[in-house]
Amino acid sequence: MSDHAGPSILPAETRSASLRGYIFGFAGSIVLTVAAYLLVVGHASTNGVLVSALVLLALVQFALQLVFFLHLNMTTQQKWRLYMLGAMVIVVLVIVIGSLWIMGNLNARMTPAQEQQYMSAQGGL
Amino acid sequence: MSAAEFAAGGQADARDIEVEAKAIFGFWVYLMTDCVLFAGLFATYAVLRDNTFGGPAGYQIFNMPEVLVETLVLLMSSFTCGLGVLAARGNRKAQVLGWFAATFVLGLVFLSIEVTDFHSLVTHGSSWTRSGFLSAYFTLVGTHGLHITIGLLWMAVLAVRIRKTGLTRGNVRRLTLLSLFWHFLDLVWIFIFTIVYLMGAARV
Repeated sequence: MSDHAGPSILPAETRSASLRGYIFGFAGSIVLTVAAYLLVVGHASTNGVLVSALVLLALVQFALQLVFFLHLNMTTQQKWRLYMLGAMVIVVLVIVIGSLWIMGNLNARMTPAQEQQYMSAQGGL
Repeated sequence: MSAAEFAAGGQADARDIEVEAKAIFGFWVYLMTDCVLFAGLFATYAVLRDNTFGGPAGYQIFNMPEVLVETLVLLMSSFTCGLGVLAARGNRKAQVLGWFAATFVLGLVFLSIEVTDFHSLVTHGSSWTRSGFLSAYFTLVGTHGLHITIGLLWMAVLAVRIRKTGLTRGNVRRLTLLSLFWHFLDLVWIFIFTIVYLMGAARV
C-alpha cells in the first residue's frame, strides 16, 4: 500500500450531502437527548410509560447516529458491517437479558433466613 | 470540480481502496467486540443497581444538569470529529487540524467533568468500595472514560503525524478509524446516559 499517494478525496457533491447528514444527525441527537432529559426532570408520566419512552428515544438516537455519523447503510460494501452489528446485538441481548433473568431468579429464590445470614456475615447494613 | 479534484491526486487504485475497506471492516469488528465488553458491564450494572447496601442510590448522587452538559459536550465532539473527516476527504489540512483540535478540547472537557465528579463522590465516601451499585457504576462509566482517554491520546498522536507528514492516504485512513472509534463512544454514552443517569434519576 502506498502511504504517500494523495488522500482518498470525495467529490464536492458527496461531501455536501455528507455534511447535511452530519448536521441532521447532530440536531436530531440534541433534540432526542434534551427530550429524554426533560421527560425525567419533569416527571412527565408513570414509570412504565417513562421507561418505554426513554428506551425508544435512546434507540432512535442510536439508529440516527449509526446512519449519519458511522455511515452504516445497505450498500454491498457495508453489508458485512451490518451483519456484524446484527450478531453483536444478539450477543448483547443474550448477555444483558440472560444476566437479569438468572440473577433475578436467584434473588427470588433466596429465603429470608439466607438473606439474614448473608447480611450478618457482611457486618450488617 | 470533482473531476479536477480526482485528477489532483485523489485517484486511488483498486488495491488502495481494498486495503482501506479491509481496515475499516477490521476496526468495525473490534468495535463490535468492544460492545460485548460494555454489554457485560451494563448487565452487571443492571443486576447490582438496587444493591446500595445502605449507601447512596443513583438519584441521590447524580447531578443531572451536569450530566446533560457532559452529554451535549460529547455529542458536539462527535459532530466536530465528523466534520474533521469530511475536511480530510476534501484535502483541507488546516481545517482537519482545526476540527480535531475542537474535538480534542471537547473530549477533554467531558473527561474533566467526569473525573471531577468521580473525585467528589470518592471524597464524600461514595467510592466503588461502598456498595455493589457503586462498584458497577464506577466500572461501567470508568471504562467508557478510559476509552475516551485512549481516544484523546490517539487524536494527539495523529494530529502530530498529520502536521508532519500531511494528509497522506495512510493518515486519512487512520483518521477515519479514529472517527469511527469516537462516534462509537458517543453511541455507548447514549445508553449510559439513558440507563444509568436518566433511569437512575427517575428512580425507575
